[in-house]
Amino acid sequence: MSAQDVLVLVETRGGAVADATFELLAAARELAKASGGEVLAVALGAARAEELKAADRIIAVDDPLLADYSPEPFVAAVREVVAAEQPRAVLVGSTSIGWDVGPLLAARLNAPLATGCQSVRLEGNDLLATTSFCGGKMTAECSLKGAPAILMMLPGCCRPSEETGKGAVEQRKPSAPLAAGAVAFQEWIYPEAGDVDITQQNVLVAVGRGIQQQDNVELAEELAQSLGGAVAASRPVIDQGWLPSTRQVGKSGMTVKPKCFLALGISGAPEHVEGMKNSELIVAVNTDPNAPIFDVAHYGAVADIVDLIPALTESLQKR
Amino acid sequence: MNIVVVVRQVPDLIEPLEIASSGDALDLDAASFIINESDDHALEQALLLKEAGGGGVTVVALDFGDVDNSLYAAAAKGADRIVKIAFDGDVPPPARESAALYAEAIKPLGADLVLVGVQAHDELDGGLSPFLAAALGMPYVGVIRGVKAGDAPGSVVACKEFPGAVMARMNVKLPALLGILGADQPPRYVPVSRIRGAMKTAQFEESAVAAAVAEPLLKVGGLSPPAPAARAEMLAGSEEEIAGRIVEILAEKGLVK
Ligand SMILES: Cc1cc2nc3c(=O)[nH]c(=O)nc-3n(C[C@H](O)[C@H](O)[C@H](O)COP(=O)(O)OP(=O)(O)OC[C@H]3O[C@@H](n4cnc5c(N)ncnc54)[C@H](O)[C@@H]3O)c2cc1C
Ligand SMILES: Nc1ncnc2c1ncn2[C@@H]1O[C@H](COP(=O)(O)O)[C@@H](O)[C@H]1O
Repeated sequence: MSAQDVLVLVETRGGAVADATFELLAAARELAKASGGEVLAVALGAARAEELKAADRIIAVDDPLLADYSPEPFVAAVREVVAAEQPRAVLVGSTSIGWDVGPLLAARLNAPLATGCQSVRLEGNDLLATTSFCGGKMTAECSLKGAPAILMMLPGCCRPSEETGKGAVEQRKPSAPLAAGAVAFQEWIYPEAGDVDITQQNVLVAVGRGIQQQDNVELAEELAQSLGGAVAASRPVIDQGWLPSTRQVGKSGMTVKPKCFLALGISGAPEHVEGMKNSELIVAVNTDPNAPIFDVAHYGAVADIVDLIPALTESLQKR
Repeated sequence: MNIVVVVRQVPDLIEPLEIASSGDALDLDAASFIINESDDHALEQALLLKEAGGGGVTVVALDFGDVDNSLYAAAAKGADRIVKIAFDGDVPPPARESAALYAEAIKPLGADLVLVGVQAHDELDGGLSPFLAAALGMPYVGVIRGVKAGDAPGSVVACKEFPGAVMARMNVKLPALLGILGADQPPRYVPVSRIRGAMKTAQFEESAVAAAVAEPLLKVGGLSPPAPAARAEMLAGSEEEIAGRIVEILAEKGLVK
């Protein structure tokens, strides 16, 4: 243990280490170089040590209550590791689990917390973070007082690196059996099969709140048909019940990489962008010339989609 | 079930954001305010739970921005009690300090369930919801879409969102605080006439709580608009011209039959 170490909370998806974790490990490596400490990876439940070679020490904590996710056992297990290791910083993903564990840990340790971190660095003894807020429309330079600093990193904060660490694995059990707490995991619910699989399409016509009305979703359907693709959506459209949740792109939805992603009336909030940023070609249309989606798109146009979508369909049909 | 909902005001992102002359905060004089979207979902979820199983809904809000508009709308939608926390600052306090204020106002209400939006887009230092849970000494789980009464009395079942449209069903023993991302239904529409009615009849209870202000653990050095690594090539012209250009671009990539 060293007060200069940087600790990463590992997450898994379907048994494999999540992509976001590799980004955290790369960010942690840069910080650890500056601090002179080591990169520690904390893996709860099933350990995936062979996938975590980017870390110097892999602390695998096992307990029956860590097999699935419940907040209390997860927070208790991470807290015990933090207490033992006294790291300079703890890096957590901006994920469903991260949004519970990061702030709850910060509250219990009275530790500083920054959300929406795009990058983090050490200057002398000061831990500094560049963070994004207001749906990606503003950035803040923040400094965090005290250790450990808890940093909730945005997806895409760092490119996963090939660099490997010492890769030493330590198996641990919690000092006392974990208690379930008042929030108990019951079961995973998977989406119903049968709908179009938007991860398998060449072309996605994605609509956001700018589509304004349920009737207008029909316009997008027509366009998707003329392109031989499918309609996808941002969260507010799904929340309205205008499309099934299987069509949602982003943090809670699907991660898609079509040949072409048309982002129509979508502002480009980080939670949406993480699900579509690797599309081969992104064309965005929005009435707001300052919409963050134009920073992700290859081509953009400032226009009203309620007029532009039919114009596109017509233009295709004329060919 | 006695349900408490926290409702916050956030700057509407439709308007351009201005930075205060100090450089380290938003200039909220120039902003227009709306209800925080996930708080609106929390309110809807509370009303749905009350309609299904009885009980009462109390809305608690900091007196900031255009909060009265949101509170009259909440009353028109069916909130039973409204508690307004006196506040005269220029910007809402950071999450932890806000949590201490809300906790003082909420403690006397004897809540079984507290629902708070899991995120507000103007937060830098974590969600209010987990810090409020900690301040109230309540168990917490966030990123919830949908809450139903549980099989056992004094419990609810909450669905937590994961990637890929996967959910985890969680059994929650009350009292507890949930960070809501979405309600089981979209927030209901309330006609302006009903809101006007509420303006005549709804009573706000004032809460003059105070919280010790600790030295903030997160200091903001400066705000700036994002400096993107890349920027889209912008297509100009009439709708027909833009549509024509987009179709050409797709055709170049072999995506048009
Ligand atoms: C934990 C968590 C998970 C989340 N998961 C997801 C997720 O999986 N997917 C997701 O999408 N979001 C997700 N979100 C929500 C996300 O933060 C944003 O709120 C959401 O992406 C915004 O959707 P939007 O761009 O459609 O709406 P808005 O941000 O409201 O943007 C609408 C845009 O449409 C433009 N517009 C309006 N009218 C027109 C018109 N006539 N023509 C053209 N443009 C128009 C506006 O200028 C604006 O830019 C999540 C949030 C949280 C906290
Ligand atoms: N979408 C998901 N489906 C299943 N498990 C998930 C999902 N997202 C995160 N997890 C995590 O994966 C663990 C279950 O591991 P596994 O059974 O290997 O998928 C849980 O502890 C969760 O932390």
